[in-house]
Amino acid sequence: MPTIGDQHIVRSFDEELKRLHDALARMGGLTEQQLKGAIEALEHRDSDLATRIMNDDVRVDDCESFVNEQTVRLLALRAPVADDLRAVIATLKAAGDLERIADHAANAAKRSLVLNQMPPVAPMRSLVRMGRLVQALLAEVLDAYLTHDAEKALAVRSRDQEVDDLYSSLFREILTYMMEDPRTITAGTHLMFIAKNIERIGDHATNIAEMTYFLVTGRKLNDQRPKRDTSALEGAEQE
Amino acid sequence: MAEAVDQGAADETKMTARAVKVHYGDKLALKGVDLDIPAGQVTALIGPSGCGKSTFLRCLNRMNDTIAGARVSGDITLDGEAVYGPAGIDPVLLRMRVGIVFQKPNPFPKTIYENVAFGPRIHALFKDKTHLDQIVETALEKAGLWHEVKDRLHELGTGLSGGQQQRLCIARAIAVNPEVILMDEPCSALDPIATAKVEELMDELHERYTLVIVTHSMQQAARVSQQTAFFHLGELIEIGPTEQIFTAPRHQLTQGYITGRFG
Repeated sequence: MPTIGDQHIVRSFDEELKRLHDALARMGGLTEQQLKGAIEALEHRDSDLATRIMNDDVRVDDCESFVNEQTVRLLALRAPVADDLRAVIATLKAAGDLERIADHAANAAKRSLVLNQMPPVAPMRSLVRMGRLVQALLAEVLDAYLTHDAEKALAVRSRDQEVDDLYSSLFREILTYMMEDPRTITAGTHLMFIAKNIERIGDHATNIAEMTYFLVTGRKLNDQRPKRDTSALEGAEQE
Repeated sequence: MAEAVDQGAADETKMTARAVKVHYGDKLALKGVDLDIPAGQVTALIGPSGCGKSTFLRCLNRMNDTIAGARVSGDITLDGEAVYGPAGIDPVLLRMRVGIVFQKPNPFPKTIYENVAFGPRIHALFKDKTHLDQIVETALEKAGLWHEVKDRLHELGTGLSGGQQQRLCIARAIAVNPEVILMDEPCSALDPIATAKVEELMDELHERYTLVIVTHSMQQAARVSQQTAFFHLGELIEIGPTEQIFTAPRHQLTQGYITGRFG
């Protein structure tokens, strides 16, 4: 009597799927390190660390190329279906999100080099707090992805709201700061961009959460997540 | 056991099967199958060897009647008319309305012309010779074979290549103007080019005819069908839109089978 196993009859197919899974795990770990480093560089005004983060971005890019090649190979040679197909597609998409996350981290590191040449500014504390939150969300979502935990992925997805709220309040804080003391406009503007980088990382983490849900359940999340990032409207109500 | 079929209201049902069981002697080969076959679509039946898919296919035009020891119970209808039972459609007429193409091309040892003209002749479906010529030409054209054989209609059908022979068998099935065409692994003896031609043909035919195909090639089921049914050990496990079956099957057994994790 036939039974359903975890393994494919063709063992090399399992090996290739595992290689793809491992590549994404490696890429996820690397991306987490990049984000962690970028935030540390900001917090401690560490230009050496920031430079290293910028240089290491290429390692994440290499991981993405590997995932892309493996994906094409698997699609062409194995014609995966059902959960195998979802695993391959989800990995491809998640790798794209991770690459973007690492880019945002590298960009934040680059701006920190400029900030380090100016006197420290107060909103940096809020920025670092937001960075830590996103870092935690990224760790959670990667864990959810790699362990196929749809519930956990949904929890991360709903927490992106906290990032958006922090971002909106940080935006106002930086704006106020710059209005009070125009000499901080240069530093404030860089902070704004870094805040946007971190907010975008939160969005990519949300994408990975949605991919996880699709990977595990085969269903797409259709309901639109409520968006409460109000920074785009900031200043509109004045006058 | 099968999950409910999610059928759009617009879909017309051509054939229905209810609690269909088949015994071969003492062995229960099909354990009570409920299945609707929508008109104008290709329904693919997949599953491992011995799962009952071919047995089920053969119930649809009473081909199991010809197998000694086979007993069929349950209800099958064609356009609401009973296929089995005292009030059932006459089997000869049934097989005219529900044609079949087999795994191995089996043209009669006659000319290409006579192979196609055979059905119309025994059912007296033509007025005169010109009409019969026309029926033969139309059937060969629909089967995508006309241009390859129009100058050699009076050569033996068995002299054609395997792929051409299979399309000749399809032309022979079409010639009596059936409503449903059953195909039992129609491409398993063909090379990839001939397979592609037959698949293209299925694509064209399903607008006019209802097709039911048994295939061992899951990629073929994915390519040609709109609805896929998965059979296992004589039971219908799952039926649904082909895209859903191949991206997110509901049943673990279906997933195990189509992904190749069936031990």
